[in-house]
Amino acid sequence: MSHKLDIKQGRVDLSHGAGGRAMGRLIGDIFVAAFDNELLRKGNDQAAFDIAASRMAMTTDSYVVSPLFFPGGDIGRLAVNGTINDIAMSGARPLYLTASFIIEEGFALRDLKRIADSMGEASRLAGVPIVCGDTKVVERGKADGVFVTTAGVGLIPPGLDLSCEKARPGDVVVLSGGIGEHGVAVMSKRENLEFETEILSDTAALHGLVVEMVAAAGPHLRAMRDPTRGGLAATLNELAHASRLGFSLDEAAIPVRAEVAAACEFLGLDPLNVANEGKLVAIVAPEGAEALVAAMRAHPLAAEAAVIGRAVEDAQCFVEMRTAFGGGRIVDWLAGEQLPRIC
Amino acid sequence: MKYVDEYRDGALARGIADTIAREARPDRAYRLMEFCGGHTHAIARYGLEDLLPENVKLIHGPGCPVCVLPMARVDLGLACARDPRVTICVYGDMMRVPGSHGSSFLKAKAEGADVRMVYSTLDALRIAEQERGREVVFFAIGFETTTPPTALAVRAAARQGLTNFSVLCNHVLTPAAMTAILESGEDVRIEGFIGPAHVSTVIGTEPYEVFAKRYRKPVVIAGFEPLDVAQAILMLVRQINQGRSEVENEYIRAVSRGGNARAQDEVAAVFELRESFEWRGLGFLPNSALKLRSAFAEFDAEARFALTEKPAKDNPACECGAILRGAKKPAQCRLFGTACTPDTPLGSCMVSPEGACSAHWTYGRFRERRRVA
Repeated sequence: MSHKLDIKQGRVDLSHGAGGRAMGRLIGDIFVAAFDNELLRKGNDQAAFDIAASRMAMTTDSYVVSPLFFPGGDIGRLAVNGTINDIAMSGARPLYLTASFIIEEGFALRDLKRIADSMGEASRLAGVPIVCGDTKVVERGKADGVFVTTAGVGLIPPGLDLSCEKARPGDVVVLSGGIGEHGVAVMSKRENLEFETEILSDTAALHGLVVEMVAAAGPHLRAMRDPTRGGLAATLNELAHASRLGFSLDEAAIPVRAEVAAACEFLGLDPLNVANEGKLVAIVAPEGAEALVAAMRAHPLAAEAAVIGRAVEDAQCFVEMRTAFGGGRIVDWLAGEQLPRIC
Repeated sequence: MKYVDEYRDGALARGIADTIAREARPDRAYRLMEFCGGHTHAIARYGLEDLLPENVKLIHGPGCPVCVLPMARVDLGLACARDPRVTICVYGDMMRVPGSHGSSFLKAKAEGADVRMVYSTLDALRIAEQERGREVVFFAIGFETTTPPTALAVRAAARQGLTNFSVLCNHVLTPAAMTAILESGEDVRIEGFIGPAHVSTVIGTEPYEVFAKRYRKPVVIAGFEPLDVAQAILMLVRQINQGRSEVENEYIRAVSRGGNARAQDEVAAVFELRESFEWRGLGFLPNSALKLRSAFAEFDAEARFALTEKPAKDNPACECGAILRGAKKPAQCRLFGTACTPDTPLGSCMVSPEGACSAHWTYGRFRERRRVA
């Protein structure tokens, strides 16, 4: 075997991606150690497992957030929770994850270990093991530290069929909690922009909350989305276009923490456009709304769940909002470039 | 949020709106221009127009720095950016402003130019300190609000003996633009101005007195919060009803008659009037912009890189000019919302969130549908 990894001082070099002993050491000491589970321990290039005949959900997502570590989380935790959430938004119970790493030559091993440990912890906490993965090392300057890609599969409970095009006029829009926390937490650590804030990223795995929601209002649920990049505004516009209808929102009902509002104020941002990593929007038939909100509020990740609006007939698919000030406005997609990488 | 929520209170807004509705005479129209893009944005963002009676009309003025910047000046910045020695620093709003032939700083960056988005002049100064081998040019835009920070940066560079920092100056003056609108002879029919917020913190209320005295137009200086704007509208309606034309100050928490003397001194030390400067929509206006004094010539990018302005033509169908003069509404432009949207802006009014077209498209375009329905 190659020399033991010097996690404190060492750096990733090109040999760690070359398929030789050094790569084996890196994978064994950092990733397998952090993600440890029965399927991964077998050391195959794939994980083989049995499932009952059922509808499945599958997803993949890449993470390039900068900085890699931010208040309340890091790229690894984001990669685990984000993919679990994408699976969970179909109502599915997430089963397994994969994780791939593109690492820049020179990346500190202690940072890589910190990221892997954080992923292991998030995966254990969620009860969703990382069962296979891949590692590549690229030359210095060809990546920005580390990029992480995760994929996941999950099982959809029988009878559940959630989809973005299923919203109907009259449906109720429910938001699970305060918006903009992840984006503000990341931006507070950006170069040139650093500011003091108490805000932590809201990164969290939402599949446990989804189980409660399905139990309370399953047959009435139409669609669920987690409003990540582009914020609540982008998510509602996507839902509106997919379902060929509009939404009518009440600004006063949308929870925004005072610190988030303050940070957005001086950055010139609208919290509606700022990313979340631990919130969801549910579209529910009116007869299921009350039970849904009650079940959500009983869960620690959605204590501030609120009805924020309704679906309305609208051939132009506008998301309109009554402002707290008393006027009307459109809630649009953000035009042009996103602020620097946030997920 | 303290000191912000108070100025966005819905109950207070209804109170002011009711008073405006009561006092605005139904037999006449009140055509009021909000000069600043900051006001335009607040009006659109909070849906203020929904609270006003039909006969109180808001006309969006030219107070949006990127909107009034003519294409020739954007081209000048792009020519500078394409010089391989140059790192050009621009405010985020500038990135997508169209230059000639569909170019922009954003596109130049993708093509390999070293374009950096900065949040303040100090960021540009820091880049110049750290990268001594690069020619760092700050593309300076804006009205009197953003001029003092540019002046400070130039003085700091001079003090530190920085030899690789310069400014491409496009700073313009508010009163000159207001005069141009009133002298344009077009059928603009403005009966009063909602005067600038941040600009007035620097220059004070005194420079507007000429508009009240000579042109008999009431001016109310207002803050950028929606209640500020609503209160200013009420004050203008009252002046008009009473036949008064005065400069009144709604924004007393930040604006005095004399303004910020320290900032004015900094600006005067570094800048002097340009004889003539082109404004998009208003044409060449005398004494309407600033340039660096000869004592600071080494920091003047135009001299340093021998840049010369070349005439450039806007899209002939673009109505930015008429919109900036208040002669047309965004929806009266046939490019609005078809070829020209915030994602693919053809005119500069569609670029900045403060631009009249962008604000109307982003927040207010549902009102057109109501009219159709």
